[in-house]
Amino acid sequence: MLGLALDLLIAALVIGVALWTVRTRDDFAAIVGFVAYGLLLTLAWARLAAYDVALTEAAIGGGVTGVILLRASIRLKPVATARKPIGARILVGLLCAAISAALAAVVLLPMTPAPSLAIEVRTHLASTGLGNPIAGVLMAYRALDTFLETVVVLLALFGVWSLTPDAAWGGRPAMAVPAAAFGPLPLFGRLLIPVGIVIGVYIVWVGADAPGGKFQGATILAAMWILAMMAGLTQAPSIGRWRLRLLLAAGPIVFLAIGLAGIPLAGAFLAYPEALAKPLILLIEVALTLSIAATLGLLVAGPPDVTPGVEP
Amino acid sequence: MTAALMATTPGGLLLVLAVVVPVIGILALWLVRARDIEWVAIATLAVNLFLSLATLQAVRASDAPLVYLVGGWLPPLGLALRVDGIAAVLMAMTGAIVAVTALYARGQFGFDPQGPERRRPMVFWTMLLAITGALNLIFAGEDLFNLYVALELLTFAAVPLVSLDGSRDTLEAALRYLVFALAGSVLYLLGVAVIYGAYGTLDLVVLSEIRGAEGALLLAIALMTAGLIAKTALFPLHLWLPPAHAGAPAAASAILSALVVKGSFFLILRLWFDLLPPGLGTIGANGLGLLGAGAVIVGSVLALRQARLKLLVAYSTVAQIGYLFLIFPLATGSEAASPFASLAWTGGVLQLLAHAFAKAAMFMAAGLVYEAIGHDRIDGFRGLGRLAPITVLTMTLAGLSLMGLPPSGGFSAKWLMLSASLGEGAWWWAVVILAGGLLAAGYVFRILMPAFSTPDAPAERLHPVALTRELAALSLAVIAILIGFLPLSPWPLLAIGRLIQVSP
Amino acid sequence: MSLATLDAATLYGLMGAVLVGIGLYGIVLHDVFIRRLLAFNLLGGGVFILFGVIARRGAGAGFPGDPVPQALVITGVVVAFCATALAITLIERLAAKDEASDGDDHS
Repeated sequence: MLGLALDLLIAALVIGVALWTVRTRDDFAAIVGFVAYGLLLTLAWARLAAYDVALTEAAIGGGVTGVILLRASIRLKPVATARKPIGARILVGLLCAAISAALAAVVLLPMTPAPSLAIEVRTHLASTGLGNPIAGVLMAYRALDTFLETVVVLLALFGVWSLTPDAAWGGRPAMAVPAAAFGPLPLFGRLLIPVGIVIGVYIVWVGADAPGGKFQGATILAAMWILAMMAGLTQAPSIGRWRLRLLLAAGPIVFLAIGLAGIPLAGAFLAYPEALAKPLILLIEVALTLSIAATLGLLVAGPPDVTPGVEP
Repeated sequence: MTAALMATTPGGLLLVLAVVVPVIGILALWLVRARDIEWVAIATLAVNLFLSLATLQAVRASDAPLVYLVGGWLPPLGLALRVDGIAAVLMAMTGAIVAVTALYARGQFGFDPQGPERRRPMVFWTMLLAITGALNLIFAGEDLFNLYVALELLTFAAVPLVSLDGSRDTLEAALRYLVFALAGSVLYLLGVAVIYGAYGTLDLVVLSEIRGAEGALLLAIALMTAGLIAKTALFPLHLWLPPAHAGAPAAASAILSALVVKGSFFLILRLWFDLLPPGLGTIGANGLGLLGAGAVIVGSVLALRQARLKLLVAYSTVAQIGYLFLIFPLATGSEAASPFASLAWTGGVLQLLAHAFAKAAMFMAAGLVYEAIGHDRIDGFRGLGRLAPITVLTMTLAGLSLMGLPPSGGFSAKWLMLSASLGEGAWWWAVVILAGGLLAAGYVFRILMPAFSTPDAPAERLHPVALTRELAALSLAVIAILIGFLPLSPWPLLAIGRLIQVSP
Repeated sequence: MSLATLDAATLYGLMGAVLVGIGLYGIVLHDVFIRRLLAFNLLGGGVFILFGVIARRGAGAGFPGDPVPQALVITGVVVAFCATALAITLIERLAAKDEASDGDDHS
């Protein structure tokens, strides 16, 4: 009963924050509201016993998304907007309420027994050598999704880079925060970054058997890198550097190479020979972690705005 | 039936390669020297064309779909790729148009083999390859979430092409497009959640066995269709399309208008004809037809009123997409053995093909006109026929197909759809088709009349244009015409491997 | 099919349904791009939670939830972040252009 009261509280808070985010007049307040929404959702995920997702939501949905939104809030000027006419608001409100009601009906009238692939996931998990069923889904059963997802992440970065001013192509992103604005940041960074790196590596390492994994770990590594850049401890790299590009592409390349090797060795694309399944999956995860950490960090850094060879 | 459909077939590896080869091309593009990017991209697209034609040939030869079980895992746990007759035709269409576009785009965007790497060629070629891979996956995908990833890949590849120019207007067009596309994807994903919650699988073959009117299925299809309509720019959600397609560089517009909007349209076809139990969708199908009819009329009228060629061609896309949605009422209302044996099914696919080739040719021609005279204002086209005869010929041929005059693919498509609507006694769709044809004739002649007239003063070409580029555009227009010589009857090819719903 | 018992999954399922409505409302009615983007993310959060509810109800074989929908959410969250990053960059570039042209007007 106490649990249900807690759930009720969380759900009410999430909905309240969401409403506030949509309704407030102040864009900055809306961004803050959204960051709070991300954190509250993490609690909901934990209450749903989905710890891998809770970690992802905290790291990406709340964390990096929040950083990137705050980056925008520094650069954007507030725009005054008029509210839509009351008629439009009522009409759209009714339509949205109808969709919510239909979804609520689906939630309240579930299929019994609830459809699930849990048993099938369990049955075949041993042949992958993994202990974490979600890692099994991501790296074996639905490996094609995961492979394509790494391509999506990379493509999003190229999309962000496509907005570079022509003259700055091949240059490096200047971080949004002037280093001088944060007095204690360098010191703070020096202390936190090594700890963060250890935690990030640990989360990737345990992800094969326990909650964790490459995206969550990579996000923490990326966050440490972003912190280092913001604190002025290191510069963002030039996007023209070949070694950077190799780092970004390494994850997909290793994934693809092992996937294609599966055709002759295990009978299908993205199949693993049973004896080698676990080490191969770990190899892919290590390569992906490095690439994803670099890609996420650069997505936060934004497109280059420092012309190559010209220092501000 | 399911078990027999669920095993890797000979030739199934072609589907894996069709998805993987463009990705390899992208990775290579960012690692090779700046001067090599063009040939790497073009070679990748040549391989892709070969793969798509081989796939089409394999489906025709075996008279059965190609299937590949990725990782050897059987759905619903694993992911399958599957290409049936219609998907194979669309893959081949994509392969051909993308390859010709590559020839057209060679040397463009300030590409300099001697100079340093530049932004625009790098972005263009990357995104062209990504669109190719994403479309291949959309045609071959069998799992609704896998298809979601493909849709997102397509969006992330298409949006940067819109803003390639970098001007304020193109940035805004790209952003508006992105917002529509993201809202569309998230509605689609919502439908995926509802389906998994009700059936515990996302595989289309497994799901096609569902019978009966189930609220969850109907809700899911409604949500997904709404999302996909936003991505396809069906009236009244078309507002993002004209500025986006007109603002992109010509080679990119050709791909966006001819191919990208067809990706999300294809998924609507799959949902309605593979997933929806027969007899359930009549009201919805008529609703889609009604929106299509609105698109035909509104899009054509707005096209008539445009002063600039590229905007006119973009509004014409809004209208031509409308015709595609007439498939829904016409094919479900047909008395043929299955919707896939109906005149409307073949007519709709012909419309898709003919529009793709004609529209790509039209946008490429628009780009060539811009290069020749420095603008694309239609009132300044006098004497264009003398300055750029091949380009004007391209516009004429592509225009014939858009209007639906014989002989052309557009004519065959509209003729089959007309026959279907008259045969079913649904004459109101026939009125829409004819009215759309007349309006299209209006906007095509608005371009051609000044182009064929003699100028007051002898005009001059601003820039020479490579003959290969003019011929690339012309070749697509010629294909749009040649499609009109195919027999005017249902193609058996388009019914191969369809998940036909037989009443229990 | 029968009425669900009021447990955590049902409660969060209803929450997800409400979040979808709120997010859609914001996407349709806001004019400012950043607000539409936030609404898109609110909506996305609701959709993901619905996947989580489905996973929780599919608990079995010793797992606290069906791992497949959970894995789908992890992929979805990453994709949604990428979309947000791309959209934010477009919004910033657009604002920078507007600022530059405002400057021109005043000079």
